[in-house]
Amino acid sequence: MKSELKLAAGRSGQPGKSRINDYFAMLRRDFKKHKYLYFLGLFGVSYYIIFSYIPMYGVTIAFKDYSPVKGILGSEWIGLKNFTDFFQSFYFWRLLRNTLIISLYDLLIAFPAPIILALLLNEVKHTFFKRTVQTITYLPHFVSIVVISGMIVDFSRKAGLFNVILGWFGVEAQNLLLDPSLFRTIFVGSGIWQGIGWGSIIYLAALSSIDTQLYDAATVDGANRWKQMLHVTVPGIMPTIITLLILRIGGIMDVGFEKVILLYNPQTYETADVISSFVYRRGLLEANYSYSTAVSLFNSVVNFMLLIIANRISRKVNDTSLW
Amino acid sequence: MIKRSLGDNIFDSLNILFLTGLMIVTLYPFLYVIFASLSVPSELVKHSGILLWPKGFYLEAYKLVIKNHMIISGYKNTLIYVVAGTTLNVFFTALFAFVLSRRDMYWKKYMMMMVVVTMFFSGGLIPGYILVKNLGMLDTRWALILPGLIATWNLIIMRTSFQAIPYELEEAAKIDGASDFRVFAQIILPLSVPVLAVMMLFYGVGHWNAWTGALIYLRDRDLFPLQLVLREILIENSTTDTTNLSTSTGDPFLGEVVKYATIIVATLPILVVYPFIQKYFTKGVMIGALKG
Repeated sequence: MKSELKLAAGRSGQPGKSRINDYFAMLRRDFKKHKYLYFLGLFGVSYYIIFSYIPMYGVTIAFKDYSPVKGILGSEWIGLKNFTDFFQSFYFWRLLRNTLIISLYDLLIAFPAPIILALLLNEVKHTFFKRTVQTITYLPHFVSIVVISGMIVDFSRKAGLFNVILGWFGVEAQNLLLDPSLFRTIFVGSGIWQGIGWGSIIYLAALSSIDTQLYDAATVDGANRWKQMLHVTVPGIMPTIITLLILRIGGIMDVGFEKVILLYNPQTYETADVISSFVYRRGLLEANYSYSTAVSLFNSVVNFMLLIIANRISRKVNDTSLW
Repeated sequence: MIKRSLGDNIFDSLNILFLTGLMIVTLYPFLYVIFASLSVPSELVKHSGILLWPKGFYLEAYKLVIKNHMIISGYKNTLIYVVAGTTLNVFFTALFAFVLSRRDMYWKKYMMMMVVVTMFFSGGLIPGYILVKNLGMLDTRWALILPGLIATWNLIIMRTSFQAIPYELEEAAKIDGASDFRVFAQIILPLSVPVLAVMMLFYGVGHWNAWTGALIYLRDRDLFPLQLVLREILIENSTTDTTNLSTSTGDPFLGEVVKYATIIVATLPILVVYPFIQKYFTKGVMIGALKG
């Protein structure tokens, strides 16, 4: 009640001021009405401020000569020096090339794989068989990357399982993880093996929401199964595919360092070292904080620009966009 | 059903064949590790080719693994991170999702904006490390629990599912004088058991498999989770432990088998509960997909 009185008083004053007063009065009422909710919200808000926004502010050390003693605020500004150092270094092209090649392999092979699996599963009429395939192919997603990498390391040994199988085709045994030309194949291939089943879930969900009447209509029009897949099924899941594709393109520079640092070794840095693994080595192992933050900021900026471009193109071409 | 053409039949057969092949390719590596872990070391080394059954039967390797003090302490630490971490994760995620799912709260949209921004921008590895260091959490268990307290994607899944609860229920309770706390505890939470279960699984498996946080923030080996211990044993080939064991028991190839047994001991809990929890995960992905 009190706040309403104040609102009335505010209205009688000068017009400019009264609108601000109205606003604050409204806020006050809102706070009062939801005081418990605001109190509860305080936990979440503080979490995001401390663990997301303070590190975002921390990115400013990319433009500074950060020293832990002086702190983020006290360290000296050095402008773009870290960036120019990186662009001129021997590592720049190698990291950019490795990151982009792994990512493109991933986009061209690992991205379509779950879509194809979902389409194939959709054609299976035998429910029990379909369930079994799903249950089994989802499994590797739950196994930790350390265990998967441990298995890869073991299978790649000279006497390991991979070499046994390659031996059937007359390939000479060698430690596969020491060969720089094989790193990308192993990295992307194991990623497909681990992710294909899990990745198909989202497409299967989209498939199940396609109106069955469309199939009936197509059958009446004489479309065979292949035609139905091409003209009903694929258009039905297209929005899902496009959405995921845009997100994927926005993450094209994100080749996570987890699996890379588990599988690479100095002998394969030439093809295996990517931006994130370089940031990890330079930043954490060599404590080169400012420089590696600059490298990772460069990475995020490229990603974000690609996301915006991909989204814009998709909106023009397809009428599908993230925002 | 209309008549099936020859082409249909050929396609169906090839499809089944391909999917069966995929299942074999997915499962065999795990079977291989299981068979190898039960094999007699000297015979396993002599054998070259794929394994279709253990070579002999041998449990020494497992005995050594479950006696390894690093594995034991890794298991213990991982259980702490899974139980404490997941409890805090689910509690705070649910709490914030509840706030963000309210209808007429004025600042809600700003809070939501603040959350969504973090899906596109983050400080990255180094600023995150500096923060944890400045908070004095290096080499403490908190470093593995607090920085990931609320996962934005999970928060959004939970908010979506809270919003789907009919508003009338809440309104009725409010007319009867229930506070926001009571609405949360007595209406929203009981109606959200499935999504809470999904969240527990997402966070729980996440903690079980996590290792990079520990790699970055922990030096004290007594705090290492199982996955970091595994990394030492499987990847960094710190076979010092296992080779010592080999010489003491007289079998020079024991180390190999111990590795396989380690993989199984570390993965078994997931493999055992997986068939039962799989469908809840699928459900979680679906809820997330609806939003996207």
